Amino acid sequence: MQVYKAPLRDMRFVLHELNDSAGLAALDGMQDVTPELIDSVLEEAAKIAEEVLLPLNASGDEEGCHLDNGVVRTPKGFREAYRTFREGGWTGIGCAPEYGGQGLPHSVSMMVSEMLCATNMAFSMYPGLSHGAYEALSQHGSDAQKALYLPKLTDGTWTGTMCLTEPHCGTDLGLLRTRAVPADDGSYRISGTKIFISAGEHDLSENIVHLVLARIAGAPAGVRGISLFVVPKFIPTEDGRPGPRNGVVCASLEHKMGIKANATAQLVFEDAQGWIVGEPGRGLNAMFTMMNAARLGVGIQGLGMGEIAYQSAVAYARDRIQGRSLAGAKAADRAADPIIVHPDVRRMLLTIRAYNEGCRALGGWVSRRLDEAHHANDPAEREAAEGFAALMTPIVKALFTDLGLESANTAMQVYGGHGYIRDHGMEQLVRDARIALIYEGTNGIQALDLVGRKLPAHMGRNLRTFFHPVAAFIEANEKHPMLSKMVTGLGRAFGALQLATAHIASKGMGDPEEAGAAATEYLRLFGLVALGYMWARTAKLSLEKMMSAGADAAFYQTKLQTARFYFERILPQAGGLLFQIKAGKEAMMSFPEAAF
Amino acid sequence: MKILVPVKRVVDYNVKVRVKSDGTGVETAGVKMSMNPFDEIAVEEAVRLKEKGVATEIIAVSMGVAQCGETIRTALAMGADRGILVETDADLQPLAVAKMLKVLVDREQPTLVVMGKQAIDDDMNATGQMLAALLGWAQGTFASKVAIEGDKATVTREIDGGLETVALKLPAVVTTDLRLNEPRYASLPNIMKARKKPIETIKPADLGVDPAPRLTVIKVAEPPKRQAGKKVGSVAELVAKLKTEAKVI
Repeated sequence: MQVYKAPLRDMRFVLHELNDSAGLAALDGMQDVTPELIDSVLEEAAKIAEEVLLPLNASGDEEGCHLDNGVVRTPKGFREAYRTFREGGWTGIGCAPEYGGQGLPHSVSMMVSEMLCATNMAFSMYPGLSHGAYEALSQHGSDAQKALYLPKLTDGTWTGTMCLTEPHCGTDLGLLRTRAVPADDGSYRISGTKIFISAGEHDLSENIVHLVLARIAGAPAGVRGISLFVVPKFIPTEDGRPGPRNGVVCASLEHKMGIKANATAQLVFEDAQGWIVGEPGRGLNAMFTMMNAARLGVGIQGLGMGEIAYQSAVAYARDRIQGRSLAGAKAADRAADPIIVHPDVRRMLLTIRAYNEGCRALGGWVSRRLDEAHHANDPAEREAAEGFAALMTPIVKALFTDLGLESANTAMQVYGGHGYIRDHGMEQLVRDARIALIYEGTNGIQALDLVGRKLPAHMGRNLRTFFHPVAAFIEANEKHPMLSKMVTGLGRAFGALQLATAHIASKGMGDPEEAGAAATEYLRLFGLVALGYMWARTAKLSLEKMMSAGADAAFYQTKLQTARFYFERILPQAGGLLFQIKAGKEAMMSFPEAAF
Repeated sequence: MKILVPVKRVVDYNVKVRVKSDGTGVETAGVKMSMNPFDEIAVEEAVRLKEKGVATEIIAVSMGVAQCGETIRTALAMGADRGILVETDADLQPLAVAKMLKVLVDREQPTLVVMGKQAIDDDMNATGQMLAALLGWAQGTFASKVAIEGDKATVTREIDGGLETVALKLPAVVTTDLRLNEPRYASLPNIMKARKKPIETIKPADLGVDPAPRLTVIKVAEPPKRQAGKKVGSVAELVAKLKTEAKVI
């Protein structure tokens, strides 16, 4: 059974203790954000996730979305759930107050997103895509576009989409063919076919705001000929209500492996009226600002999946009695012992747990720096924070989604055959988690982004925003009487990361294929070191707090034990990854293509 | 008209409670605490009365440790207008709470007090009745329906074997049962606004009440563990066992 209670204590640990949420109030426009406010927000969000979204997760998967005569029906209960969600103001959590939003920091909305993704990933994507559209319009739209669309996207009465992919072009957007022809009234007529459009058509909102990449007639080939357009499903009237139907129809819905309750539409645009967003030829740039936020958001989907997988697996491992402990019966009064007595089951559970809490801490750090990038008073501080967030974005996206899938898979293993059948909901988690490695740039693309763009950016300045604090932490704590073992482990893995970085810098400069061949392992190595740094910081803080924590001492004790597991059983993988990276491209690239 | 809603901070209904090892009470350290669910229903009812234009102001009152302020914030986020926290570390019992509420009622002059019929921690089911007696007010307990008209309240009560409808002359105390309404989720904007609504903090001494406990807890213990059941092979065996072992037929 899918089991989930929002991990509020751990979220508070990440926000308040690891990342000093009390300091958020010093940021521009965040004066009212206090730890107490954050706690109230998280508690109410937890109620909605647990009581409204979780009960619709399995039924939504079973029923899926249906297309009938161009009209898409979401599964039973989704309309009511969306209304509850929207009327509660949750669609506007990160939107600006001037458009009716609550302007809460990213570090807080990240935790809310995690709960939504854990309890109903398919549902969470409807408001998720809307927020992407909100971001793109708020950064690149004209004043009139902002005034028209942003309040509607904020209050959720209208939802949004990102229309990039076409049948022949996914990763390589330079190939896209959707055309935009200028009309006399300053608008454009958009024609073309877009596929894989999440939340592309549905019955949750009164209007859908499509953001569409298209090529203006006569524009150059390649990415510089691409512009961004806003194409509403219903053309707004003068007073901002949905007016006449625009020339965009849902031709079909994809039959997918997972996230079945989210409508993945094929949209056909035929002379649809659209308005340009930003400058002609700058469409991809506009899309990219939105994609960075979206990539972090997809990473959080992976974390959410990992959390519900963990809780569900623990519940089963405690409940399922089968065989006896290798060390002699533990539950002598019962016919067998619960399977949680076995080392291998514990290995599985602790692996998921160490990933989840490590990722939550890392995501909390990155999103906190993102808040500083947007709201710090000092421009230099904003720039450094921006550089850090840019560096870590591909890592959060790819690492969290890789681990989320691994965790869902591991949780299924804990269930054995009962995980493979549908009744317990474990196979749904595996199917739902799978997409996150693919969309918003496959994880392979994320790895290329890391080694090709983020490492060399500003002569390695972004890289130093991560390397410096880690090096300083290791130096300050390597002789710590209680932590030295963990810090030594972190130092060794960090050393491997530095060697791998040097390898890519020296080999990859002359031969980009060498960088490409190392990219995926390098991203994983980077990610494991980042989680290691989080676990080391967590362990240090827990040691300090444990003595005075009273009833909470058990929380910190558990943190220390989970940290120990991470350093003993997971981080040593760093050494193997370095070997793989240093082996270079030869084994792959000298393989004759005909022999595949 | 003003409505006063007392709200109690209790162990969250989802938590499996554990008895303290020394038998003095239930473990509350490190345990998730929430508003008593019956009180949530009371707040919801008050907010609905305000939305209907019957009530003009809702005052949420809580008593106990400083963290009870968070319980008041929850009520404010649901729609109450302001809060009063009577802060004390004393172990509060129904009579002391009712006496303090009486002083607050005298001061605030509400027309209606709406409160949970009982709190899920000790299930006393006493404070509302005591308060009505101390005030000399009418009371409508275990309410599953409340209608206010002029200076009269019509309250449908859930009683053994059915429903009873009583007409109360206002001012009155109404205590809420589970079927009265379904409390709303606090909206995000209201959670944020609740942070700016005023909460007045006072001490029991300010109300002239000594909150010292009158009841003595002798011992708190877990209920006896349930015995394992037995499987029977046939109906005849079942009937025989019911007769000879269970002695119920």
